[in-house]
Amino acid sequence: MMQLAVLSGFALAAFAPLFHRWFGDRASFVFAAYPAALALWFLNQLPAVMAGETLVLAMEWVPSLGMSLTFVVDGLSLLFALLVTGIGTLVLIYAGGYLKGHPDLMRFHLAILAFMVSMLGLVLADGLFTLFVFWELTSITSYLLIGFNHTDLEARKSARQGLFVTVAGGLALMAGLAMLGVAGESWSLRELNAMGDVLREHDLYTPLLICLLLGAFTKSAQFPFHFWLPNAMAAPTPVSAYLHSATMVKAGIYLLARLQPSLGGTEMWTVTLSVVGALTMFTGAFLAIRHTNIKKLLAYSTIMALGTLTMLLGIGTEGALIAFVTFLLAHSLYKGSLFMVAGILDHETGTKDVTAMGGLRPLMPITAVVAMVAALSLAGVPPLFGFIGKELMFESVLEASAWRWLVLLLAFSAAILTIAVAAIIALRPFFGQRRQTPRVAHEAPASMLLGPAVLAVLSLVLGLLPVLAGSGLLTAAASAVAGTPVEVKLSLWHGINLPLLMSLVSLALGYLLFKRWDRVRARLALLDPLISRGPEAGYDALMDGVVVVSEWQTRVLQNGYMRNYILVMILTLIALIGNSLLLRHAPQFHIALDVQFHEVVVVGTMVMGALFATISRSRLGAVVSVGIMGFSIALLFILFSAPDLGITQLLVETLTVILLVLVLFRLPRFSSLSTPLERVRDVAVAGSLGGLITLLILTSWSIDQFVPISDYMIANSAPLAHGRNIVNVILVDYRALDTLGEIFVLALAAIGVFAMLKLRAPEKPKKSAPAKENADG
Amino acid sequence: MVKSGTIILNTAARLLMPLQLLFSIFLLLRGHDEPGGGFIAGLVAAGAFTLYLFAFGVSATKEVLRMLDPRDLIGMGLLLGMISVVPAWFMGEAFLTAQWWTIPGIDFKASTPLIFDIGVYLAVLGSVLTMVMTLMEVDKDEP
Repeated sequence: MMQLAVLSGFALAAFAPLFHRWFGDRASFVFAAYPAALALWFLNQLPAVMAGETLVLAMEWVPSLGMSLTFVVDGLSLLFALLVTGIGTLVLIYAGGYLKGHPDLMRFHLAILAFMVSMLGLVLADGLFTLFVFWELTSITSYLLIGFNHTDLEARKSARQGLFVTVAGGLALMAGLAMLGVAGESWSLRELNAMGDVLREHDLYTPLLICLLLGAFTKSAQFPFHFWLPNAMAAPTPVSAYLHSATMVKAGIYLLARLQPSLGGTEMWTVTLSVVGALTMFTGAFLAIRHTNIKKLLAYSTIMALGTLTMLLGIGTEGALIAFVTFLLAHSLYKGSLFMVAGILDHETGTKDVTAMGGLRPLMPITAVVAMVAALSLAGVPPLFGFIGKELMFESVLEASAWRWLVLLLAFSAAILTIAVAAIIALRPFFGQRRQTPRVAHEAPASMLLGPAVLAVLSLVLGLLPVLAGSGLLTAAASAVAGTPVEVKLSLWHGINLPLLMSLVSLALGYLLFKRWDRVRARLALLDPLISRGPEAGYDALMDGVVVVSEWQTRVLQNGYMRNYILVMILTLIALIGNSLLLRHAPQFHIALDVQFHEVVVVGTMVMGALFATISRSRLGAVVSVGIMGFSIALLFILFSAPDLGITQLLVETLTVILLVLVLFRLPRFSSLSTPLERVRDVAVAGSLGGLITLLILTSWSIDQFVPISDYMIANSAPLAHGRNIVNVILVDYRALDTLGEIFVLALAAIGVFAMLKLRAPEKPKKSAPAKENADG
Repeated sequence: MVKSGTIILNTAARLLMPLQLLFSIFLLLRGHDEPGGGFIAGLVAAGAFTLYLFAFGVSATKEVLRMLDPRDLIGMGLLLGMISVVPAWFMGEAFLTAQWWTIPGIDFKASTPLIFDIGVYLAVLGSVLTMVMTLMEVDKDEP
C-alpha cells in the first residue's frame, strides 16, 4: 500500500487549489506534511535496509504485459527517497516564505507536489515501464516548474529547452529500456541486476548502452548536453534548490548507479563514463567562474558535481563507489543549502549579481553563517562532509584504470575552480565594502532560514561524525550500487597522503584564483565568441531546422486542400500495403467464382454508383450516387448475415445525407478544377489502390497464416461474455479498449467541428504575424 | 437556411421523436444479444433529434434537451466509458475485465459492458448532435 501512499501525492496536488482556499499562504506547511510523513516512513525502514535487507512492495499493474507497480527499497533507493522527501519538506517550507503572496503560489504547489511524487516513483520503481513513466513525468512537471514565470519569454524558452533536451533523451531511454528488457528477458530491475554477465555478453549490449547513456546524460546535464541546466535557473529559486541540486538532475545519475551491477564494468562503460564525467566536471567548473549571477554559478558547479558522480561510476572500483555515495549525499546537502541561500540573497537584496553585493554579514548574520558552512563543504574543507567526499574522489581518481592522467588533470583543475566558486559565493556577498543593493537587505524570515540551516548543520555533523552516515545508509547504498556487500568506513583524517596533498594544493590555488577573480573573468571574456559556439548553438540550429522542416512539410503535405490530404493518405497506403504485399510476400490466390445472381446485381449497382459519382457533372447527382453505393454495401452486409454492420451502414448513410443537406447550399458552384493531367493522375492513384486492396483481400482469403480468432470469440461469447451478439460483445468486451479509443476519436472530431465553426479567430491584420509567433512563442 | 418544416413534418417529428428515442433505448439494451448496441442506438437517437431539429430549429431543440448541451453528453459518455473500467480494478482483476451483477427482484443483468455501451451511446449521440447543431447554428449566424 506504500504505492498508494506515494501516489496519493497526485491527489494532494489536484486538491492544491482547495487547500489554498482553506489555508491561504500557510498551505505550504500543510503540503510539507506529506513529504515529511513519507520521510518518517523511509527513516523507519532504515534499520532493516541497513541490515542488508531489500524491501519489496509488490503490486501488479498490467500483468499480461509484464508491467508492475512494484516498489523496491534498497540502500540506493532509500538514500534517494530520503533526499527527495527530506529536502522536499524543507523546500516546501522555504517556498512558503519565498513565494509568500505570489498570486500563482497554488500552481507552484500543484506542480512541485506532482514532481515530488514522480521523482519518488522513479527512484523506487522496480519495473522498467514504471521507471520510464515516472521519468517522463519528472520531465513534464519540471517543465511546468522552470516555466513558472510564464509571462517571461526567457523562462518559457528555457523551460522548453529543458523539456526538449530531456524528452529527446527520454526517447533514447525508452529504446534503451526496451532493448534491456529484451536482452535480459525481464522487465524487473531486480532480476536484471542479477544477470549482469548475460547482459554484458549480449549482442544488444552496445546499442542499449548507447541509448541508456543518452537518456541519463541528457537528464543529468552531462557534456555536451549541459547547457539546459544553467538556463533552467529561470525557475524560482525553491525549484532550483529542489530539482537542480538534489533530485531531478540526479535522476540520470540514479539510473546509471542502478544499472551499474548489470551493465557496468565493461571497457565501454568505464571509458565513456569516466571521460564524459571528467569533461563535464571540468566544463562545469570552468564555465562557472565566468559568471557573476549567483544562481548560474551554482548551476555550473552542479554540472561539475554531476560530472564527478558520473566519473566515479565510470571508474567503478569499490573505492569509487563509496566515493560516489558519499559525494552524492554531501553534494545534495550543501548544494540544496546554497541554492536556498542564493534565493534568500536574491529575495532580500533584489539582485542575483554577486559583484553587486557586499558587506551583508552584519545585516544577515544567520544567512552568512549558513552560507559559509555550506560553501566550506562545497570547497571540501575539513571538518565538513564535503571534505570527506572530495578526499575519496581524489583517491578513486588516482586508481582509475582508463585514461587516468586526463581524468586526474581534469578532476584536479575542476577542484581548484570549485574552491574559487565556493569562495565567491560565501565571501563576496558578505564581506568587503557595503554596497547599495536594489532592496535594503535584512535577515530572512524563519521559514526561509530553516531549510538551508538544517542542511548546513547536517553537512557539519556528518563531517564531524562521519560514522553516522557511513556505517548505515551509505554502506547499504554503496552495496546496492556495487551489487555486492561493501563496507563504508568514513573518517575525517586519512593520514598524510597524496589526496590530502592535492586537497591542500587545490585549496591554495583556488583561493589565489578567487583573489584574482575579477581579472580572470575579464581575461575569460575573450573566450566568449568560442563558448557561444558551444553545444547550445547546435541545439538552437537544430530547433531552427525543425521549424523550417515543419513549415515546409505543412506547406507541401498539409496545405489545407482536402484533395491533397486524401492523395497523400492514399499514396502512403499504397506504398505500405504494396511494399509488404507485392515485395515481401508474393500474392497468391485462386479465384473460385461461386456467386449468386442477386449478389451480382447488388455489386453491380455498387460499381455503377461509384462510377457515376466520379463522372457526374452535378453535385446532387454525385451525392445521390455515393448514397446508392452506400446502401448497396448495407444490402451486401445484410445478405451475408451481418445485421449489425448493415444497420450501422444504413444509419451512417442517413447521417451523411443529413450533413450534406446542411452544407450543400453553402458550397461554391460545382465546377471541375482539375486539369486533364491531374484527372489521369487521380484515376491512376485510385485505380492502384482499388487493385491493391482487391489483391490484398483475395490473398488474405486464400492463405491461412494464423488460426482465426473468430472461432474463439464465437465459442466464448455466450459462456464468458454473456452475450449472443458477437459483434457487440467484441465492441464492448473483447475489444473494449479499442472502442474506448474510438469514442475518444469521435468526441475529438465533434469538438474539432465545433471549434472550427464556432471559435474562429478574429481576422489577423497581417499574414506574417502568426508564423513568427510560432517560431519563438 | 433550414426553415421550420411543414405541418406534416412538424407533426411527424413530434410523434416520431419519442418513438425513435424509445427505439434507440430498446436497441441499446438488447444489443448484447440481438442486433443493436450503443453505437447503432446512439445513431438512431441522433436521428431522432435531427428530425426534430429540421422541423423546429435549433432553439426549440435546445429546449427539448433542457440543460443538456450535446457537448456535455460527449463528456458524460467518455466518463462512463472510463468508469466502467474501475470495478474490475477493485476486484483485483485485469484492466477492463467485465463484471456481472444480477439485480434481484427484476432479474435484470447489470454489467460493466452495459455501462460501457451506455457510454458509447452517449458519446455517439453527443458527437453527432454537436456536429449537426453547430452546422445549423452557423447557418443562422451568417446569412
